[in-house]
Amino acid sequence: MTASTKSVSPATIPLNEQDLQEQRWLERLVGPEWARLIKGVLTNPLSVTGLVIILGFILIAAFAPIIVPPPNATWDTTLIPRDGFGPEPKAPGSEWVRNAPGEIPFWYTPLTGREEWVHLWGTASGQYDIFYGVIWGSRTALMIGGIVVLSSAIIGIFVGSLAGYYGGWVDEILMRVVEVFIAFPFLVGALILASILVPKLGRSIWPASIALIVFGWTGYARLLRGDILATKERDYVQAAQAAGANDFHLILRHILPNAIFPTLVVLSLDMGAIVLSFAALSFLGIGVQEGYTDWGQIVSFARSYIFSLDRYWFIIVYPGLALLLYGLGWNLVGDALRDILDPKLRGKR
Amino acid sequence: MTAYIIRRLLILPVIMIGVTMLIFAMMQFLGPVERSALYIRDFPKTQGQIDAVIRRYGLDDPFLVQYWHWLVGKEDPETGELLGGILRGDLGFSRTGREPVIDLLKRRLPVTAELALVSMLPIVVIGIWLGMQAALHHNEPIDQGARVFAILGYSFPTFVFGLLVLLIFYAKLNWFPPGRLSTQFSLEVTRPGFENYTRFLTLDALLNLRFDIFMDALRHMVLPVVTLSYLSWALLLKVTRSSMLEALRQDYVTTARAKGLSERVVTNRHVRKNALIPVATIAGSTVASLFNGVVITETIFDIPGLGSAAAAAALSLDVMTMLAYALFTAFLFVSVNLLVDVMYAVLDPRVRLG
Repeated sequence: MTASTKSVSPATIPLNEQDLQEQRWLERLVGPEWARLIKGVLTNPLSVTGLVIILGFILIAAFAPIIVPPPNATWDTTLIPRDGFGPEPKAPGSEWVRNAPGEIPFWYTPLTGREEWVHLWGTASGQYDIFYGVIWGSRTALMIGGIVVLSSAIIGIFVGSLAGYYGGWVDEILMRVVEVFIAFPFLVGALILASILVPKLGRSIWPASIALIVFGWTGYARLLRGDILATKERDYVQAAQAAGANDFHLILRHILPNAIFPTLVVLSLDMGAIVLSFAALSFLGIGVQEGYTDWGQIVSFARSYIFSLDRYWFIIVYPGLALLLYGLGWNLVGDALRDILDPKLRGKR
Repeated sequence: MTAYIIRRLLILPVIMIGVTMLIFAMMQFLGPVERSALYIRDFPKTQGQIDAVIRRYGLDDPFLVQYWHWLVGKEDPETGELLGGILRGDLGFSRTGREPVIDLLKRRLPVTAELALVSMLPIVVIGIWLGMQAALHHNEPIDQGARVFAILGYSFPTFVFGLLVLLIFYAKLNWFPPGRLSTQFSLEVTRPGFENYTRFLTLDALLNLRFDIFMDALRHMVLPVVTLSYLSWALLLKVTRSSMLEALRQDYVTTARAKGLSERVVTNRHVRKNALIPVATIAGSTVASLFNGVVITETIFDIPGLGSAAAAAALSLDVMTMLAYALFTAFLFVSVNLLVDVMYAVLDPRVRLG
């Protein structure tokens, strides 16, 4: 067995003309590495499941006004409508008297067999409707994930590129700074910063988001630095440098595109993990105000009923399931990406 | 290798200075009134009192001056008494705990340590054992099952998982209650007849020859331990499985099999040792996830440890308690990571040379 036949497994060789055409078309469009990535994700049943889950959440977020419309046109949709102020949670199916959604959507009567709005998934204490919170909560989740992960990634990529490319004392200082932030367990650091930011910024998504960014960028910086160290010694980079390319051009055009792939794995895993951390902070009572459409905030109502959870199971189960599925979706995609990108596993599946 | 270890040891103080500065910088977001809890036990009420406190303790001094006072303490200009100074062990006064922070740490640390140490057992046993079994039976039902279990483990938010197991095993089945002890025993362990040798409830119960208390304490620990450890052993399982799979494909394994060695000998002598090296790398992240986890787990299960103290402190902006927890976890975490790095260098010659 020669070296060349060993590194190319039968699975990656297109079997017929049609497959070959397809692969070439994709390769021309996005390049060979991306083509392999996209093809891998779309052919692995686990990552397809993950993509379907994520797509489901995106659709729910996009069509939230049709699934459960706000009580009136001027309603702040990030606030869960409350049916009164009573402390006792109401069971699923109980009547919705005050602040019911303004209209009955087309799917409602055929699926539930009712003419009026009821609390489909019950209410939490304070009569916040759980169904509304979970549906509109998907918007919060996607938004938080997007804001926090993108910001952390941009900061991390910037710092990691500087450290990896310039090396020397720049690297030494930046990496010590990174180590200081990494010295805090992620949630502990975020918890402290978020709680200190609450009196400054007021109760909103921002204290927790900022805290998650401040303690979240370091992972990207460290990962990318290592990959850039490996990439910058490659021949084509040296060639571009010899041809007179400036640093900025070199990093952006030649090094980053080839060093970014492991970062994608973390990006995908973080899209789920960050939302779970944000929910954990909400659960502890740090961050968003009571009644915000956030899954963790809804679950936090269950803390008052630790001894009678069997009666109020719906406060945990519905938003909890949303959180689990959301995290699962991104983890399935992230795991598949990691398997595709791991050179040790290449062609061995 | 000695040079490598010395280099790592020299970085430790640099990191700790950075950590304390970061903590102190975060504190500057707060007004002088909240920060005065470093030195006094009550919030000043009137504007005159506030001004007096600020002047007295130099809470409007430049950042570095205040930082220095925070480290070594500040002399009270009137009485000449030295106050504060984290290096002297004075971490201020905990508003939520109603006692000096250092006392709170001392009292609550054993509770958390016991929980974390007991949690290590399922993490290591289930994580590594199941990971190895999954790799040895690649793509068989046990492998598929282990993978589903693992991916659920790191997709489950700890607080949702904790509440769900409480819902099922306490509210529905009444097998495992929350808290640390049943009411009839919780008074007894504070009475004179019960010696607190180690402050670990389970060990103390055994040393006092009270097996009923021991069993009761164990029964209360089941759910928190499961909740706290699930995430960690899911990660460990994943890492063990993939590094084991990789080791199984190595040429020396093929050679060992070709020699005619039995599969058991191949696994035990050639595969396992090499497969477990990468597992050591995630020991650090396991410790971190335990620290993250106890905040949530202790809050849900009403366990009077450090984690629940930190969560309660964060809610009512009790800065001194929070910062003490941050300082403590950061110090422990940095030390563990250092230990892991050194161990790794001992285990794997490639690290030393690289």
